[in-house]
Amino acid sequence: MVDLIVLIILLALGYGFGRIAEKRHYKSIIARERKFRNLYVIAAKFPPVTSPPPSSTLVTGSVVISVDYFKRFLAALRNLFGGRVKSYESLLDRARREAILRMKQQASELGADMVFNIKIETASISKGRKQTVGSVEVLAYGTALIPESVAVGGSTSPGIR
Amino acid sequence: MLITNLEIVPGKRVAKHLGLVQGSSVRAKHVGRDIMASLKNIFGGELRGYTELLQESREEAMNRMQQQAQAIGANAVLNIRFSTSSVAQGAAELFAYGTAVVLE
Repeated sequence: MVDLIVLIILLALGYGFGRIAEKRHYKSIIARERKFRNLYVIAAKFPPVTSPPPSSTLVTGSVVISVDYFKRFLAALRNLFGGRVKSYESLLDRARREAILRMKQQASELGADMVFNIKIETASISKGRKQTVGSVEVLAYGTALIPESVAVGGSTSPGIR
Repeated sequence: MLITNLEIVPGKRVAKHLGLVQGSSVRAKHVGRDIMASLKNIFGGELRGYTELLQESREEAMNRMQQQAQAIGANAVLNIRFSTSSVAQGAAELFAYGTAVVLE
């Protein structure tokens, strides 16, 4: 009986706080995606040949994010019936977008206008506990191309390329 | 030292290839962080402690790789890749590898 009450409390806490956290996170993701819309992220290996050549450097962004108790419970139920596990889909979506945004943030601080050859890597962190996914780490990395005018002069308007 | 995950460096020519360089770092989380993490497992959200921990150990892996590259006389590492694997419960290995080259 006590176990059941604890379970219900945990589920309620997870549902309440998890929803708020997710909503807030999506809001900030969308806002920042809009902010960095002019910074292109490209998954190609060879950058265009420009003159003068840009300087390049590695940029990375990573995030560890955890699913709440309620969603984990739902996912465990899903395991019985099979099918789409929506609660984990949104977790991974948030984690990936956040990692890319952090990478973009780093690139924009360096004055880059493009990030080339982006690679995204996902790793599950807390696998041990009750065999659940729990939290995932997403790492996004790529090569930021910094136009020579920015690297040397330090000040140009961001639109010019 | 120039580090990139492209196979070329715009505007520069590779004078000499020096082969693979690598660096790795295995880290475990400490108890305090684990307690915070188990709380976050109920509420959901970002585990900042873990994010920082993994970032630090990834930087260490990169540093080791750079030291190796410097030791063999390279001035750039091209085509760098990262990989993460959980070796045991509570410990993760972060691994970085790339090709050391001499740029003109």
